[in-house]
Amino acid sequence: MALRIPLSWMKDFVDVDLSASELAERLTVAGMEVEKIHTIGGDWAPDLIKVGKVLSVSAHPDADRLCLVSVDHGASAPLTVVTGAPNLVSLIGKPLPTLKVALALVGAEVIDGHATDGRKIKLKPAKLRGVPSEGMVCSEYELGLSQEHEGILFLPDDAPVGAPLAQVLGDTVLEFDIKGGFAHLQSVFGIARETGAITRKALNKNKIMLSAPPAGQADPGFVKLEITDPALCRRYMAMRLEGVKVGPSPFWMQQRLTRAGMRPINVVVDITNYVMLELGQPLHAFDLDKLKGSKKGEPPLIRVRRATPGETITTLDGVERKLEDHMLLITDGGGPVAVAGVMGGQESEVDASTTRVLLESANFEFLNNRRTSQALKLRTEASDRFGRNLEPELCQTAIHRAAGLLVEWAGATLHPVVGDVYPAPQTRPAISLSGAFIRRVLGVEVPQKEAQALLTSLEFSCQPTDPDTLAVTPPPHRQDVNRPADLVEEIARLTGYDRLPPTLIRDALPPQRRSKMLDGTEGVRDILTGCGLDEIITYSIVSLEDERRLYPEDQGFDPQVYLSVRNPLSAERAHLRRRLLTEGLNTLRTNLRFTKRLALFEVGAVFLKVQGETLPKEHKRLSVLLTGPRNPAHWHGGGTQEPFEFFDAKGVAEALLNALEIPQPQWERGDDPAYHPGRSARVMVNGQVLGQLGELHPRVVESFGLPMQPVAALEFDLEALVESWREDKKMDGLSIHPPVLEDLAFVVDEALPAHQVAKLIAQTGGSLLKEVVLFDHYKHEKLGVGKKSLAYALTYQAPDRTLTDQEVAKVRGKIIQRLEKDLGAVLRG
Amino acid sequence: MLPNLSSLKTDALSQLEQIQSPDDLPVWYRAWLGRKGHLTEALRGLGGLSAEDRPKAGQQVNQLKEELEQAFQARQEAVKNLALAASLAGGALDITLPGRPLQGGHLHITTRTLRKIRQIFGEMGFQVYEAPEVETDETNFGLLNIPPYHPARDMWDTFWVDDGVVLRTHTSPGQIRCMREYHPQPIRVILPGKCYRYEAITPRSEHQFFQVEGLAIGRNITMTDLIGTMREFTLKMYGESRRLRLRGSYFPFTEPSIEIDMDCMICQGKGCRVCKHTGWLEVGGAGMVHPVVLENGGYDPGEWTGFAFGMGVERPAMLHHGIEDIRYFYSNDLRFLHQF
Repeated sequence: MALRIPLSWMKDFVDVDLSASELAERLTVAGMEVEKIHTIGGDWAPDLIKVGKVLSVSAHPDADRLCLVSVDHGASAPLTVVTGAPNLVSLIGKPLPTLKVALALVGAEVIDGHATDGRKIKLKPAKLRGVPSEGMVCSEYELGLSQEHEGILFLPDDAPVGAPLAQVLGDTVLEFDIKGGFAHLQSVFGIARETGAITRKALNKNKIMLSAPPAGQADPGFVKLEITDPALCRRYMAMRLEGVKVGPSPFWMQQRLTRAGMRPINVVVDITNYVMLELGQPLHAFDLDKLKGSKKGEPPLIRVRRATPGETITTLDGVERKLEDHMLLITDGGGPVAVAGVMGGQESEVDASTTRVLLESANFEFLNNRRTSQALKLRTEASDRFGRNLEPELCQTAIHRAAGLLVEWAGATLHPVVGDVYPAPQTRPAISLSGAFIRRVLGVEVPQKEAQALLTSLEFSCQPTDPDTLAVTPPPHRQDVNRPADLVEEIARLTGYDRLPPTLIRDALPPQRRSKMLDGTEGVRDILTGCGLDEIITYSIVSLEDERRLYPEDQGFDPQVYLSVRNPLSAERAHLRRRLLTEGLNTLRTNLRFTKRLALFEVGAVFLKVQGETLPKEHKRLSVLLTGPRNPAHWHGGGTQEPFEFFDAKGVAEALLNALEIPQPQWERGDDPAYHPGRSARVMVNGQVLGQLGELHPRVVESFGLPMQPVAALEFDLEALVESWREDKKMDGLSIHPPVLEDLAFVVDEALPAHQVAKLIAQTGGSLLKEVVLFDHYKHEKLGVGKKSLAYALTYQAPDRTLTDQEVAKVRGKIIQRLEKDLGAVLRG
Repeated sequence: MLPNLSSLKTDALSQLEQIQSPDDLPVWYRAWLGRKGHLTEALRGLGGLSAEDRPKAGQQVNQLKEELEQAFQARQEAVKNLALAASLAGGALDITLPGRPLQGGHLHITTRTLRKIRQIFGEMGFQVYEAPEVETDETNFGLLNIPPYHPARDMWDTFWVDDGVVLRTHTSPGQIRCMREYHPQPIRVILPGKCYRYEAITPRSEHQFFQVEGLAIGRNITMTDLIGTMREFTLKMYGESRRLRLRGSYFPFTEPSIEIDMDCMICQGKGCRVCKHTGWLEVGGAGMVHPVVLENGGYDPGEWTGFAFGMGVERPAMLHHGIEDIRYFYSNDLRFLHQF
């Protein structure tokens, strides 16, 4: 709930000589952020919208629903205005009370009363049913004051005729966004107090510092008060007011309430709200005649206690609420009459027939109040204030202020007896604040006198105990200030942080620790973008149904292993991911609407439940997804439209392993159900599984709503990958002697894995064989059934000499022989 | 009988001049200077001459041969030049056609922004400390001086995973982890990471976002150090000409607390839609580490002080690049990601 403070109201307590925007800036910088400045009447032209006095109301010659109003607006002659406003038409032929109105002259801009969208119109001379109207008497809606558009607005009797309306009704409202649970900043008076301290102006407390209620005959038996849980109710005050006339509250009060964001209801409710807005203390008015005693004929018994299990109350909003046993209630002899500090009950509500009021001003413990409000999902203006830790001293100021207003504006007679149960008035110890401490925190000296002046301006009491130390006692309304650091903040924000000079840390640099994981992760990102992949970052909260799609026929899927979010934004997305692929595949689908070719990667945590641990394991993973044509479309053609497939994912893996200098990965056929069984692999390094890759199972592709085309994927354990990163590779010597290059092709069984052939060639070739590269893989019936041809480019080279033909022939012979013997390979001629 | 050398010469040279194509050059050469060419024939004809005429005629023929050889060389060069000129003339490309694409990938804009932030703080001696995304209520709130039901909790709308377990609502719980791991040594770290808030997804709010927290603990760390550090960061991140505004604020885990604003880089402080007509943009929140938090981290507030700060990551990127909708960040539309 935004805090809105009308400046006119604040001026009851403090002089303001700054412009609204200057004041807003000063308050903002001191920690009370002004979000908006609303100007009321800023657009009322002073010479066209004025205070008028109604001289006469007479019937329209041709229309029953219209009347002719003669208005004096301070000019030499009155104007005649034609209007249909029911609250004027009804006065035709009746004795006229003093009526002041807002008169808009021709040329004035007002809100169009016939439209609902707040659009403006410029008044033109008009004839209504043949009678010319020389202006308009305005409703609140037409002036932009409220939604009220039925009748026209009547101004206070003392409004000066002919004065610009803005002078009478204009105002500026500051709208605040104040962070933190500060009760002392939730009221007009609270902001006035800060304004006074910031602008060095004295506070004027006359309006609220009513003397104690006049002494009179005691009537202690009017109500019985009891607090059964003093920890939750620190104070309870009650007052009796009789002869209350429940009607509308005065115009000025309604205006202030509206500007502060509350709707006027009736004078009694409005006064409790007014005092709450003004001082921050919520009050409650019970209809005294509806409160019950413990026995018939006894005075009402007000007992403040916790709810008993199963108890219910119907609150003012008409909702029946189930109460929990931590909730604090106001009860009478008959049961709950209010949820303490949250909302009153319907049964004891003040209504039009109410004449006797029991006014409550109490203090409820803030954490329990918030807990109650949260459990009931019922946030009110009252709970919003009690939930910020109000001080018990305020109860008294507020109840006196409200009683005074009820006497003045609701015709009430005050019965002087105040019930006040205050089990443990607070005593606050002084805080010792040294200049050395201020310097240690802020980095600058603040002279003791200055510190004392600043704190005193906020009503802290300061007692110097030595030349460097102050004993500071916070005022009751500063429940938030309990230690020296809190006082330093008060000094700093009033001084202005802008006045503190920027410095750089003088302390020695702490021990530096390198994070291999971070370096490795950033390295992986660079390698993959270098390979042409785009990085994505997806949501961690995913749909369980989507994760399930990675497990065709639910093979290996177990919903129990997922962590779920108890209060998800939507029921569909309520689980923490265990695979990065899930959202990756959704990303593919949404992007395939715009593009054909996608090469993506993501680095991020998945969340794995750990038996017996409160927190899950957050495992860093890497995923890659490739789909669509391998080569980007280009006018030159140059390539094929061949799709990304298994060997592209493997190529990415090899690029990573090479760049991270991870030697000798082992490749095994993969068996993850998300992947195509014949086109997936698992990669291991030093016996540890690094991850898997391959083409996704067509069922997975289909279930994610993707077109039926190959989707190549890779999922790596990023932690294992970075762990395997070798950063100590030694240089291989470069030979200056010329290499001998030759190609050898072998026909082998189709089932023979290619890497066995290459491995055996390398092994047999020994140190003179520098490189073996497979450059052709070929199947044809002429090779024989079940055969394939593998062609290798071999590079021979010695570090110390030029190789002779004989040397090379000898190595070649050994290779051919060995392959024939071990693998049944036949050299192709 | 010696052929008429001058007509021979004229014919040979005129034919040579006709040649345009390099292919015709050897044909001419064979015809005139080859083993069976006209000049060889002429030399053979010398046998029929008298002994006194022979040397002179021989000299003339050889001289002619020499001349033709030279003419051939020249013509050869000329033809080559012609061919080159023709090939240059014909080899003109439409240089407006696009170049062959080199398939470099794009880092996510969040990663790029995080790298920049990390680099700036790295230069000031801040190292990265990483902490988990799923946290206990205790670490996310309690140890940061935010007890259950405290009104300060309203500052964070929380996703609950379990009793006492939340998705971290800010990177601040990392402060507690870092302090507990490193105490009693001084600290200078930043804590970047993903955070979560129970917030409707709108152009201005996301339920998942990144933050960077900073923490410096030492024996002489002051508010002016905090201001200097934030100033240094702001000028490096947003430009040397930025102006700063510091204002009082509230965070439960710092005391005093401030907020750092800079003049709006869109309107240069004049007031626009982006800065909500205030002329100021928020850089981040900060403050001196609250004594309770220092204690919870294992540091005696009587001996140690510290500052902490926190800032969003998406917001600066949005300002820098004129991105008006935060939802672009994690919806991963490549048409968006490819722009950075």
